[in-house]
Amino acid sequence: MKKRMLKIWDWLDDRTGVSALVVPLATHLVPPGAKWSYVFGSATLFCFMLQVVTGIGLSLLYQPSVETAYESLKYISNQAVLGSWLRGMHYFGASGMILLMGIHMIRVYLMAVYKFPREMQWITGIVLLLLTIVMGFTGQLLRWDDTGVWSAVVAAEQLGRIPLIGKSIAYFLIGGETIGGYTLSRFYAYHVFVVPALLFAFTAFHVYLVFRNGISEPPKRGRLLGKEDYRDWYEGMLKKEGVPFFPFAAWRDVVFGTVVILIITFLAIYKGAPELLGPPRPDSIYANPKPDWYLSWVFAIFALMPPKIESYVIAFGPLIILFLMFAVPFLSKRKERHPMRRPWAIIGVVFTVMVIIAFTVEGMRSPWSPKFDTKPLPADIVDNSSAEVVKGAQLFYDKGCLYCHKIGEYGGARGPDLTQIEYRLTSSEMVIRIVNGGGNMPAFGGSLSESELAALVAFLKAKKADK
Amino acid sequence: MSECKRDNKELGRRSFLTKLSFWLGGISAGIVTIPVIGALLQPLIKRKKQVWRSVGKNNDFEVGKTVLVTFEDSDPDEWAKTISRTASWLRKDNENEYTAFAINCAHLGCPVRWEANSELFLCPCHGGVYYKDGSVASGPPPKPLTRYMVRLNKGNVEIMTQALPITTLKDG
Repeated sequence: MKKRMLKIWDWLDDRTGVSALVVPLATHLVPPGAKWSYVFGSATLFCFMLQVVTGIGLSLLYQPSVETAYESLKYISNQAVLGSWLRGMHYFGASGMILLMGIHMIRVYLMAVYKFPREMQWITGIVLLLLTIVMGFTGQLLRWDDTGVWSAVVAAEQLGRIPLIGKSIAYFLIGGETIGGYTLSRFYAYHVFVVPALLFAFTAFHVYLVFRNGISEPPKRGRLLGKEDYRDWYEGMLKKEGVPFFPFAAWRDVVFGTVVILIITFLAIYKGAPELLGPPRPDSIYANPKPDWYLSWVFAIFALMPPKIESYVIAFGPLIILFLMFAVPFLSKRKERHPMRRPWAIIGVVFTVMVIIAFTVEGMRSPWSPKFDTKPLPADIVDNSSAEVVKGAQLFYDKGCLYCHKIGEYGGARGPDLTQIEYRLTSSEMVIRIVNGGGNMPAFGGSLSESELAALVAFLKAKKADK
Repeated sequence: MSECKRDNKELGRRSFLTKLSFWLGGISAGIVTIPVIGALLQPLIKRKKQVWRSVGKNNDFEVGKTVLVTFEDSDPDEWAKTISRTASWLRKDNENEYTAFAINCAHLGCPVRWEANSELFLCPCHGGVYYKDGSVASGPPPKPLTRYMVRLNKGNVEIMTQALPITTLKDG
């Protein structure tokens, strides 16, 4: 029996050439020092395969029409057999892919792998990063909930800032001049056909380049190799001390990849994909569109940037960043690869990561958003010994001041905290600020009567939040 | 000599067949691509004619009040009617005059809310604020709220549909 199976396999293998193709790939030599820091690229690939598989699963249940998309996703999340697990894996797989891709990119940059002869690996890597982010964004719209649909409007507005053709590109993105049936069709086509096809093509090319140029050796301080001598040195090093990729390096990839899959599974089961926020209504004013976490930092930058320069930053910022990223292999002429001999690379990476993390945290907090759901101030904060003060407290809530200002633990963070305002400003200074506005505060002179103004000031002077 | 002749003929034949393959392949690919490009560019080619939509009777609206009205986009496809609606903040300025604002923030398009007590439009996304005339009070928006054309037609208040308002670089 075993002999017969072997015979069958031998016949198949001879006719199809599977071994002749696979074995050289699996056993190609790699530097022996390539260890755990090298696993992130293949982990990203694991996530991509997970996304393809779970995406196919979702496509068996999801109904891409404007009337059924949202309801079918609710069905998947709440009623389909293991549906919430499936959807959760797809969501966290996307997050995982972006996170691992970022780490992979940092490792590659710090070890100068983008230098000769692997420039094209860096370039194709940037393309893959962009395609992955586009997948994340188009996937968010396909939830076809209020946030998803309104996010398409926000994206269209950003594209609209592109000089000359911005408006056309914006309408191209949403499939027409208003959100409609074609918006969903278009995003479905992008997310399920167009971008995945490009991802497959560029991933295959990226991996092919790894085989062609070899996996990079851990850099060594002072080892300066360039166009004239790197390839010869690399071949010699492999001959002398290279090890077959499978199983000596591959096992780490599989171990780490498995850990990643398990973490994603755990998150899918216990945390679950984002809650669906009601069916899409382009005529609703209650949507509060926000991107998923990995684009939160961009959202924060939009809110915090000086308005005067913002349109130019939206228009040209991405182009400049893209240009610089693609230019990395060509900007550096030095041969040193070790991070410790390239301090500016380390500083640049740390700074960039810190900036992105800081803006991501701020983006998730969104302190610039008015706090529409705030409640009236409780009696122990309002000094109720005076009718005017009580009136002022009521006005503070009714006029929406509390949306933007905090008193004690109540209110929003758009404007300054007013808990101790009575020690910082005199009554007349308060009047001037309320009437004229200033900074990010609108002028209320036109909507407050003199007696209302006096009541507000009386309240601000007399409140008990800090006593 | 006959050897040379045969070689030349062979080269000519190969060149001809190569050209033939490339040209026919290119023509086939081109023909197949044309209708796909048509589908791809439809949003830019097939612009819809904007139309007047009734949002209520003149008598229904109170002078000085800003209310939310909704209407159907121009020429929605049958299968997309549920999604093809837009809203507007409509204010009756006096007995025969109205102002209609798009609900889309001029910053990045998020829906703005009218706060009657403050007489301000507020945007939840990035903290943009507009006065009641639509002008920018504070925050990131680069220009005022977009307005819709409004008219009275035989006692009906009508709003002219328009494309999603997109803020361009020269607006900013």
